[in-house]
This record gives sequence, structure tokens and C-alpha cells, in this order.
Amino acid sequence: MSTRDTDWEGVRLHVVTGKGGAGKTTAASALALALASGGKRVLLIEVEGRQGIAQVFDRPPLPYEERKIAVAPDSATQPGGDVYALVADPESALLEYLEMFYNLRHAGQALTRVGVMDFATTIAPGLRDVLLTGKAAEAVRRKKAGKLFYDAVVMDAPPTGRIGRFLNVTSEVSGLARVGPIRNHADTVQKVIHSPQTAVHFVTTLEEMPVQEVLDGIAELRGLPGGGIQIGGIMINMVRPTELPAQELRDVAAGGVDEHELALGLKAAGLDGSVRLAGDLAAELTEHAVAAVGQQEQRNRLAEPGQPCYELPFITDGIDLGGLYRLSVALRDQGAA
Amino acid sequence: MSNVTPPPLDLDRLIDDRRTRVIVCCGSGGVGKTTTAAAIGLRAAERGRHVVVLTVDPARRLAQSMGLSRLDNTPRVVPIPKRPRGDTDGAPDATPGGSLHAMMLDMKRTFDEIVEAHADPDRAAQILANPFYQSLSSGFSGTQEYMAMEKLGQLRRADEWDLIVVDTPPSRSALDFLDAPQRLGRFLDGRLIRLLVVPAKVGGRAYLKVLNAGFGMVTGVLTKVLGAQVLKDVQTFVSALDTMFGGFRERADYTYRLLRAPGTAFLVIAAPEPDALREASYFVERLAQEGMPLAGLVLNRVHRSPAARLSAARAVAAAETLQSADGQEPGPHALTIAALRLHAERMQLAAAERRVAEHFTTAHPHVPVAEVPAQPDDVHDLAGLGAVGDSFYTG
Repeated sequence: MSTRDTDWEGVRLHVVTGKGGAGKTTAASALALALASGGKRVLLIEVEGRQGIAQVFDRPPLPYEERKIAVAPDSATQPGGDVYALVADPESALLEYLEMFYNLRHAGQALTRVGVMDFATTIAPGLRDVLLTGKAAEAVRRKKAGKLFYDAVVMDAPPTGRIGRFLNVTSEVSGLARVGPIRNHADTVQKVIHSPQTAVHFVTTLEEMPVQEVLDGIAELRGLPGGGIQIGGIMINMVRPTELPAQELRDVAAGGVDEHELALGLKAAGLDGSVRLAGDLAAELTEHAVAAVGQQEQRNRLAEPGQPCYELPFITDGIDLGGLYRLSVALRDQGAA
Repeated sequence: MSNVTPPPLDLDRLIDDRRTRVIVCCGSGGVGKTTTAAAIGLRAAERGRHVVVLTVDPARRLAQSMGLSRLDNTPRVVPIPKRPRGDTDGAPDATPGGSLHAMMLDMKRTFDEIVEAHADPDRAAQILANPFYQSLSSGFSGTQEYMAMEKLGQLRRADEWDLIVVDTPPSRSALDFLDAPQRLGRFLDGRLIRLLVVPAKVGGRAYLKVLNAGFGMVTGVLTKVLGAQVLKDVQTFVSALDTMFGGFRERADYTYRLLRAPGTAFLVIAAPEPDALREASYFVERLAQEGMPLAGLVLNRVHRSPAARLSAARAVAAAETLQSADGQEPGPHALTIAALRLHAERMQLAAAERRVAEHFTTAHPHVPVAEVPAQPDDVHDLAGLGAVGDSFYTG
């Protein structure tokens, strides 16, 4: 088997965060597909109960159950792989937990009906988070016949604004039970999240606000007590191609386009009304250049933390399974998986 | 002619109508709600209204440009930039007399103020110091939405402005804005939380007996998973808050009546992308169910081309002709080739955007739509907001 160098050798839990609207779920799904290729088994976990994964993979709503939702394509040199999905909701996770540690299956179901599970996870958001991260940690460590069951776990995590608190499990549950299974559970989760097995990736578009959130999020995670949490890559989503070299874009953005040159070119291509058309296309090109220069500024800001950046192309017709495969290939080509 | 052309949404008319007192901008995250709300506020002020814009989470530079450096719950005056008459098509004839204020929501402060307003000082201090209250007021899902609504109610009661523009909190789903406050209210007022406070009440016990689960088991399980301290904090909080529950419900009811009242207009903001428009669809349906007045859909960041008469296919063909004349190396036509390829992409993008917008209009043919063109750069100053506002001009 050929081994490829990827940027995240040894990472088994990939946490994907980003500002709402930046395409977190799409990027997480593409990453899961990319990690699965080469005959791997990958679990993709959704924790916000939005059924975003089902939408991205064009499936009916998914239950609280690990099920296979996609196959990574095989190639001439590489066999395909499997992506499983799990929609983890805190209520079910709590029920499962009560069953496992207290043998409270029937009582738990009764309590669910009266709304006690919902109530418990509502009054203690920390409990909610530790149950969800706990599901991911469990999947990372799960073994079958002495071998690790999943090669990697990808978590479509809460948005950047909440990611620090979500992952900082120990302090989250510090106000909760101080002994017993929840405590042990939290300690295990904490160990996994703070280990080199875990990396947090950020998804952004090239706009000011999502980029700022990435920078703030990275600073926050780096500043967490206990050595911080490993920062992964930055996935720049919805990148549109530019048609001119960088220097020329800057010139155009600053000084506009030589309409005369453009008119001559259009005429040479046999287009009618080349003078007026040149004016309109010049306006379009200038606007494009201004946008591209602004985007370059955001790229420069994203380079500051010193993490690898991966670019995901904009898919014009909305993301379908084909688009998702294209994104996963882009991630592999750039060494993200 | 396709039959999926929506009725136009005339934002200037909405703004100019003095009966419009509240405009609520909602939509899923990342679609430009804050920018749109700010642009509407500025535009309305330019057209003579006394406006306050309530923002929740503005981009840093945009906030700074409006003079908002802190989340401090205080409406600040935003100087309206002077613009020469008729400098662009859409520029309003600076109607004198308008004013613009903007403020950023501080949800914890807003919550604290409600507590202070409804409880005597000792009890208020007790509540504010309660660990459960602190997590409720700063980190609970739904609190931000609840407090945004509360603030809207306060601004309306203050009656210092004749138009309030509200930007709703950044959530993934547009519906959170309507659901979250009620969810939080239900929770605070709910049976379980009452049971924790008055476990001895016969009604409570009987209620749980019916469900074959004893009260002891409920607290037992909750203590196991949450720890005794958390439950104790909740209990103290709820008993301290007990006298305020009526107040909470009243305030929430007032705000919801306000949202249904004539004078309120909802704008659903969406980007021309499938996810954002799907959320917009849900929201439109929901507003209709709730009897809340929808003014229309603002389709934000729409790509158009000034050279739409040149199709993508012809642009690509022309670029190829020039490319074969130039050869492999960048030749004399490099600039034209780039312009043509770019144009083709722009046309394809515009067509894709139109298709998703048509999906929406097919499902909601009567919802008026206004398009706001994509700005080449992030909008981060008043001039940029002014340019967005100019695109509201439909005449």
C-alpha cells in the first residue's frame, strides 16, 4: 500500500468548526470522504441536530445510529472507503449513558417522555457538551477484534463562537458531579481532545467576519489551560478562480482597465459593438479585481497563525454528491487528508 | 416569458411609509442580515425617519464605522454622511430632519435589567449572584433571541424613534429567532422546574405518579448526572425568581403582540443559495402561520452583469478564438481573454442564482422580492451602507 504524506498523520479526531454560513457541514463531509479513500472507515458526527449531513448527502433525516451514508470513490491505485454518519443528540446520549452506567433503561425512557432528559441537558449546557464530545471520543477509541474500528472520526462541531467552551470539557463539568461516571467520562474525553490524536479545523470564506472568527477561535483554543488543543488546518470555502495574475489584479483594482485594448481584443474575436461591450466588461473586470484584492487581504490574515490553508472551489450549482467528491479530491490534493 | 417573476419589493416605499414602525430582518446565518439592517436604517434616516438600529453581532469594522465600539446597550448617534443631491441614480434627495442611532445588544445586561426591574434589591442581588442565573443569562441557547425581543419591546415603549430596525441573532436557522424565546419562557415556566421548587405539592407528586415515575427518582437521576450543587442552584434561582414569572410572561406576550401588530414588517434576508433560500421558505411559511406580517424577501449579494447581452457560451467561444491566436504564452489578447472568461463565469453564476431564486418564487409566488447586488468588497463603512441602500431605489 502506498503511503501518502498528509498534514495530519496520527490525527484520528477531526473537529470542524467555523462561522455559521461558511460551509462547516459541507467541509466536514468532504473531509470525511477524503479521509475514507484508500479503504478507510470514517465516522462523520453531527452534534447540532440540524440534519445538515442528511441534506448534504441528499438523504432522509438520519436517526441516532451509526449508518453508512457514502462510499469514497476508488481509483486505479486506491480502493474506496466507507463514510458512516451519526446524528448525536444529547437526550439520546444521556439515555444511553444512564443505561450503561446505572442500568436505568425503562426508567430513562419514562423520564424522557416527561421531558426530564431535555430538562437535564438544558439546565446544564456543560452536560450536553460532554455527552456529545463523549460520543466522538468513544468512537475514536472503539476497538473490534483488537483493532481500532474507525480510522478517523470527523465532527461537524458547533460554530467558532462556542467551540472553546464546547471542547474545554473539564472546566465545563467542573460545576457538575464531582465524582462518578460523568466525571470519569469527562476526564476520558478531555484526554482524547488534548492529545495529538485530535485537531480542530476551521472553515471560512474570504470575508472579513468569518476570517476574524477563525483568528479569534485559534487564539482562544491556543490560550486554553492545559496546553491548549491542537489547531488543524484552515479550509477556505467557496473560492472562485481569478483570471489574472496577482500583480495585474492589483493594477486593475487600483487603476481600472484599458478599455481601448479590450475593445481591440473583442473586435479581433469578432464580437459586435465592441466599444460599448468593452466598457461593460471593463467594469465587470474591475469589480472582480477589487473583490480579488480584498480576498487576498483576507488570505494574508489567515496566514498569520501559521496553519496550513486549503482552498475549496466554489461549486456554482450548489453542493450535490458530485460537488462533494470534487471538494474531497481538492482536500486530498492539498494534503489535508 | 417565465411565470416565476415575483412581485417587486419596494423597500423605499416601506421605509417612507410612516406607519412602518418596526422592521425585523431575519434569515439564516451568513447572509448579510446585519449589513442589510444597517443599510435600511441609514437609508430611512436619509429619507427623514428617526431610526434606531438594534444590532446583535456586527462585523468589527462595520460596528466601528457606526461608532459602536462596545456592547453597551446604549443607542449611539450615527452621523449621516452628507451626499450631494443626485450623485448616483439611487441617492435619495437628502430629506432633512432624519436621524440615525445604532446600538449593540448586551444580552446579559438586558437580562440583569429585567431582574432588577421586577425584584426588590435584595432579591435581585441574590438572583444575579446565582451560578445558574449566570449561565442562563450569558450562555443559554435562546437567551440572545429572548433578549433581542425584550430590547425591541423596550425601544418601542421608549417611543423616542419612529422606526426601529432589528437585526436578529446569528443562528443557523431563521426559525430560532421565533422559537428560542418561547422555548426559554416555557422552560422557566415549565412543570419540571416548578416541581423542583415545590416538591411537596400534592399536584406535583400526583402528576409524576401518573407517569409511573416517582419524584424521588427524578431528583435521583438529576443528582446523578448533574450533581447536587447544580440542582440546588436551580432551586434557589427558581424560588427567588418565583415572583417574577408573571412579569416574564407578560413581557414576552407584549413583544409577541408587537410583532403581530400593524406597523411591524418582517423582511426575510437570504443569499441566492439553496440552503439560505430553503431556510427563507420555512420562515415565510412560519410567519404566515403565526399571522406575522411579511413585507418580502431581500435577496442579498446577487450577481449581475452589465454585459448580460453577451452569453456565457459566446464569451467562452470568443476567448477560445483569441487564445488560439495568442498561443500558449500570454499574448496581446491576455486581458481580453481574462475579461471574457470572467464574464462567462459571472453569467453562469447569475444563471445558477436565478434558478434557486425561481425555486423560491415557485413555492411562494406572492412574496415580493428585492435584489441587492453583491458589493465587490466587504461593506464596512457608511459609504458602503449607502451604496447598498441606493440599490433599494426601484423607480
